[in-house]
Amino acid sequence: MKREIKGMLTGLGVTFKTMMKPAVTVQYPHEREAPAPRARGVIALKEENCTVCMLCARSCPDWCIYIEGHKEQRPPRREGGRPRSVSLLDRFDIDYALCMYCGICVEVCPFDALFWSPEFEYSETRIAQLLHDKHKLGEWMETVPEPEPLEQGAEVKGKK
Amino acid sequence: MAIDIGWGTTLAIKTVIVLGIVPLTALILGYTFLLKMMSHMQSRLGPMDPGGFHGWYQLIGDGLKFLQKEDIMPDHADRRVFALAPAIVVLSTFLVFVVIPAGPRIRVASLDSRGLFDGVGVFYALAVSSLSVVGVLMAGWASSNKYALLGALRAAAQLIAYELPLVLAVVGVVIQAGTMSLQGIISFQQHGSLFGWSGIGFPLILTQFVGFALFMVAAQAELTQPPFDMPVAESELVAGYMVEYTGFRFLFFFIGEFGTAFAFAALAATLFLGGWSVPWVHGTAADVLGPFVLFAKVMLVAFLMFWARFTYPRFREDQLQAIAWKWLIPIALGNILLTGLLKVAF
Amino acid sequence: MTTTDLPSPGELPEVTVDPAAMRHLADAQVNVELDTGDMVLNIGPQHPATHGTLRLVVRLDGERVVSADPIIGYMHRGYEKLTEFRTYPQITTLINRIDWLSSFANEVPFIAAAEQLMSIEAPPRAQYQRTILTELSRIATFLLFLGEMGLQVGAITPAFYGFRDREYVLNLIEAVTGGRFHPNFNRIGGIKDDLPWGWISECRTTMNKVLASCDEFDDLVVGNPIFQKRTRSIGIIPQQLGAAYGVSGSNLRASGIDWDLRRDGPKYLVYDELDWQVWTHPDGDSFSRYWVRLQETRESARMVLQMLDQMPSGPLMAKVPRIIKVPEGEVFVNTENPLGEMGYYVISKGATGPFRTKIRSASFSNVSILPWLLRGSYVPDIITILASLYFILGDIDR
Repeated sequence: MKREIKGMLTGLGVTFKTMMKPAVTVQYPHEREAPAPRARGVIALKEENCTVCMLCARSCPDWCIYIEGHKEQRPPRREGGRPRSVSLLDRFDIDYALCMYCGICVEVCPFDALFWSPEFEYSETRIAQLLHDKHKLGEWMETVPEPEPLEQGAEVKGKK
Repeated sequence: MAIDIGWGTTLAIKTVIVLGIVPLTALILGYTFLLKMMSHMQSRLGPMDPGGFHGWYQLIGDGLKFLQKEDIMPDHADRRVFALAPAIVVLSTFLVFVVIPAGPRIRVASLDSRGLFDGVGVFYALAVSSLSVVGVLMAGWASSNKYALLGALRAAAQLIAYELPLVLAVVGVVIQAGTMSLQGIISFQQHGSLFGWSGIGFPLILTQFVGFALFMVAAQAELTQPPFDMPVAESELVAGYMVEYTGFRFLFFFIGEFGTAFAFAALAATLFLGGWSVPWVHGTAADVLGPFVLFAKVMLVAFLMFWARFTYPRFREDQLQAIAWKWLIPIALGNILLTGLLKVAF
Repeated sequence: MTTTDLPSPGELPEVTVDPAAMRHLADAQVNVELDTGDMVLNIGPQHPATHGTLRLVVRLDGERVVSADPIIGYMHRGYEKLTEFRTYPQITTLINRIDWLSSFANEVPFIAAAEQLMSIEAPPRAQYQRTILTELSRIATFLLFLGEMGLQVGAITPAFYGFRDREYVLNLIEAVTGGRFHPNFNRIGGIKDDLPWGWISECRTTMNKVLASCDEFDDLVVGNPIFQKRTRSIGIIPQQLGAAYGVSGSNLRASGIDWDLRRDGPKYLVYDELDWQVWTHPDGDSFSRYWVRLQETRESARMVLQMLDQMPSGPLMAKVPRIIKVPEGEVFVNTENPLGEMGYYVISKGATGPFRTKIRSASFSNVSILPWLLRGSYVPDIITILASLYFILGDIDR
């Protein structure tokens, strides 16, 4: 009987103590918490690096990346050389309604054209508006953080 | 003050006061304890935006929201019974408020010296608070929903079982004070003295602590609050007997719940803590100060009730009944016996 | 329930099937009419107590259960079919979502299966980090369990404490992997990224917070006599029956069987280099399941603290080709997930993705004992038993 009464009273004590401590709520939108630099918020595109190799579109589990490109001729670098052909992006859309935020596209890109950004406040009122084109993806490049230093013992330098 | 107003006007004024006070107290209790105290006990803030200052407008907004909802009734529901049930539950709340005094002359009905019913405030309050059982059963049956029926049956069994400890707990107070009238009990506490010192009067909680504990436990069960909230077990039956109710009918249930919480807390404050009285204040000053003192005491008692509500898990129905019949009632009878013996001896 | 006939540690009991004990309703009654006499109650698929879309058709006699049928499949997403047409990295992303509360732990057996077929081993630093993340997932999901079982039994406050403390762990996982819930961090041959600067000290602080919060749960829930009244002797799973039905994980350990794949199965990750113990409880009731999971949370926190001290330095990935083609073969790898024993049977025909994957999920077998377990219990006890078995619908239905 005594143990039971003690059990009841300790329970009351826990709730009372928690009431006295400050609450842990962050009052969004008045206050904001910054997510971790590695947080997978949104994918940003660096258009200069993209060579339209289509690796990202192929490796996406949901096939949510839509790419169209065309080839252009550039003048040769040296005198008497062949003109170089360069692939340029026409369309690079990511459908964020399908995107699983897995990061496979960012990982497989051999030219470092895709980056993760912790930006998360891009919700829309209609699902169709979640298809973002390369201009919007390029705008998000500004929110991409610098690669951060790693813990001691790590061999590889920080990469995204 | 002897202004001559006819009985009709008096009745109208009193009706308006009771009709206004009950939702107001329900609101205050709901906001302070349900929204704010519960939130801080759970490490969060509760509503902060509505009204700008710590969300004081939240419940009013909720009430308005309920009022503008569509009035839905299930297809096979018993229409009249379905509509009447919340009214009966709220009716019992209003009727209890009628008899709680907030000052030496501030009360809606005195029931003190009327000849036939000479001083029956306590009796009336306890009797009338049991009316809600009928309303609950009506709600559960008329909803034509198995979950609601289960909840209503559980509720009826629980409420009836805990009536007895509630009443028996109060009998000790009545024996010691010598009267069933609420004003009489309050003046007994106000004019009493502890070993000759009348500084704080003689709050009956000091000798009737067993009765106080019993009353609090039984009141918790009467309000179907955790740990006795099987009828409204949120994670099983969702809302129990209230599950089919929406709109202003649900608002009635809500007001009934918190209004009754205030009523029981007020009864406990009156019977055990001295109600509106502070020992050295009499007369018109008591009339002015009385409601505030009562309010403060009610908040204290309600704090205890809600503190237990947010901490404990709920009992199973059979364990609940076992506690009432096997523990609370024998303890209450023992308390009465002891009080009677001591009263006669001293 | 006696402790004298418990099997020794690391040993499963000999299962002798008793037909009388195994008898349960063979056919699920999907279309039910209201019978006279008994009342048929349909709990779910939308219900706050069933963790997801589980439907329980329960036949009641008053408040006692006469029979109970779980009907699953409302959340079937076709995982095994999905894996037939995807590559290994893509599948790693998808299987995070089978048991979404401890998502990292779902990836581990699958990646281990692929690595076994390729005969490569992840370097020790990667193994340590995998183990740390697995144990962090275990802590995260158990904190939620400790909170929500209190909620199912009626106490509303523990749920908030569970979620609040889980946030700290999820912030840790997010700092490493980028995702709070779905890390998608395992790769064949190692893991994706190394720890960011300052993570180890933050992890230490968080683990101490977790240990403090376990003490809080001890005070608020375990020590509460009302909780004990609601959970002791409720839903006792006898050892033989539990093992016969394939119940695994903490549910089995709460019935007294000392079996933990981290210690008794084939070696995976770095559990054999740590100093830890397996917690069991002799009664098989709901209280013991809660208690065992509470102790396991504490044990996981201590394990993480040990691993933070012991972490070797070195590379994170073994040498793997760019395009990974797993050689032909079949392998079955099972691991101790927070929910129980999870296994992947992978058949590979040399392509970039598996030919067929069979997923052995823990909750599927845990839920199969429900028809036997719920017979004769009260309606509130159904909720307690469901909460204490702790299944996730995504794990049952895949």
